[in-house]
Amino acid sequence: MSIPEFIADLTNPDLAFLPKALLIAVMSSVVCGVVGCYVVLRGMAFIGDAVAHAVFPGLAVAFVLQGSLVVGGAVAGVVTAVLVAVFAQNRRIKEDSVIGVFYVASFALGVVIISQAPGYAGSLQQFLFGSITGVPDEDLYTAAVIGLLLLAAVLLLHQQFVTVSLDRELARAVGLRVFWLDIALYVLVTIAIVISVRTIGNILVLALLVTPAATARLLTDRLGVMMLLAPAIGGSGAVVGLYLSWSYDLPVGGTIVLVLAGVFLTAWTFAPRHGLVAKRWRRGGLEESPAPVSAA
Amino acid sequence: MSVLEVRGVTVGLGGRTVLRDIDLTLGLGELTGLIGPNGAGKTTLLRSILGLVRVASGRVLVDGRPVRPRRSPVGYVPQRHEFAWDFPISVENAVMTGRSGRIGLLRRPGVDDWRAVAAALERVGMSDLARRPVGELSGGQRQRVLVARALALQPRVLLLDEPFTGLDLPTQELLTGLFQELAGEDKAVLMTTHDLLGALDTCTRIALLNRTIVADAPPSELLDPDPWMRAFGVGENSPLLKILKVM
Repeated sequence: MSIPEFIADLTNPDLAFLPKALLIAVMSSVVCGVVGCYVVLRGMAFIGDAVAHAVFPGLAVAFVLQGSLVVGGAVAGVVTAVLVAVFAQNRRIKEDSVIGVFYVASFALGVVIISQAPGYAGSLQQFLFGSITGVPDEDLYTAAVIGLLLLAAVLLLHQQFVTVSLDRELARAVGLRVFWLDIALYVLVTIAIVISVRTIGNILVLALLVTPAATARLLTDRLGVMMLLAPAIGGSGAVVGLYLSWSYDLPVGGTIVLVLAGVFLTAWTFAPRHGLVAKRWRRGGLEESPAPVSAA
Repeated sequence: MSVLEVRGVTVGLGGRTVLRDIDLTLGLGELTGLIGPNGAGKTTLLRSILGLVRVASGRVLVDGRPVRPRRSPVGYVPQRHEFAWDFPISVENAVMTGRSGRIGLLRRPGVDDWRAVAAALERVGMSDLARRPVGELSGGQRQRVLVARALALQPRVLLLDEPFTGLDLPTQELLTGLFQELAGEDKAVLMTTHDLLGALDTCTRIALLNRTIVADAPPSELLDPDPWMRAFGVGENSPLLKILKVM
């Protein structure tokens, strides 16, 4: 399908779900791209994965009770995230183990709940791998408002998040409430996931959070640039992915994720300073550029 | 004039007494070396001065008032490995994080904050590298960034945790000069260090710590081997004591 045909389909009133899907996919990618920068820089990818699974019982309950998926998912995700943060204070069990316990339990709860609903197999598939059809208008508005609030929260808490991510010990020493900032970050990650989960799917949403931010990290050493690049990459990936998915009748979540992975691999190979080719080039060249001096 | 007073501080961690009945007074202009074996409680003492550790008994006073994170004029330079050096951030923004507590929630750095950061960078001789990503700095430059981050709060007490670990001798020498100057600028500087010789040579005072303060005096008065043997748990023939005799 050519691009003009795709645009024609987007404006076709009979295909009203398509522009809605595009809008929600782009919003999700932008929000996840911004929040994902913290996830990538703090090495929290596993937590992102955990939260993505943890929202599942909330979605399942909302689905069974015909309630709002966004609210249900947010409640379940936030509860699990807070449980993890609280249990991780016990130093005897490492955080990743706590996450391992809670997220699988939470996901299992979701599977059990949704198995009670009629049409179980179809709805499970939709939750796990995403779907572009049937996004209600309310969900679109909810996602837009929540997404904007979330970006505002990031803007306001940025200085604190950076301080804690750089050096927790100093953050405590200058009087920051590190525990509450961790909770705030978990909550923001949860919300970003919840508004994205419908289109992209439960299992694939992690890619939206991690891949654009990781790609942006390869391309810049400036945090501000990274936090603009990541949503730009995510948003473009969503547009291209949806176009390919619509043209070739591919599952939308999977296609978007594969596009983003392709961009990541390209950056990993060709990034100007940190890419594979650039590193080889420098190593091969006669004029050895001075390597950055390590902590020694 | 004393700016920091630690009075009878006892700290327990996980049911063990880590610090017992610590008395320590720091005056402006003093560069004090806090010396002791591994596990002596040096970092815990710094953290209790900062108000980060619950003190079982005793008090920490800064300018005569109980210490409070964010309020008290105490600057902290944690060990270099606590910092995420791979983070994509410039030197000036890293130094700005030292003011995050004062900037407060939901606000962004203002003119005063940037002025303080510029002054701190100037003080440690890093103004030229203000926009450099922190990951590209050498070990000594990294230590300077951490000192600038503490200075960005314009503290009267400066606490340094093992600032020399992993640095070569010329770099240690430059940093020592900086710490001496800072002490001379109406600050009290307290640093933990494993470099006994350097501390004896440059500090105005040495506090020997092993769960409690074993000795606290100017280096010239610490030539008696006894407190060293008690602090480090070594015998009379220890190489440590031979070094002291040479001094």
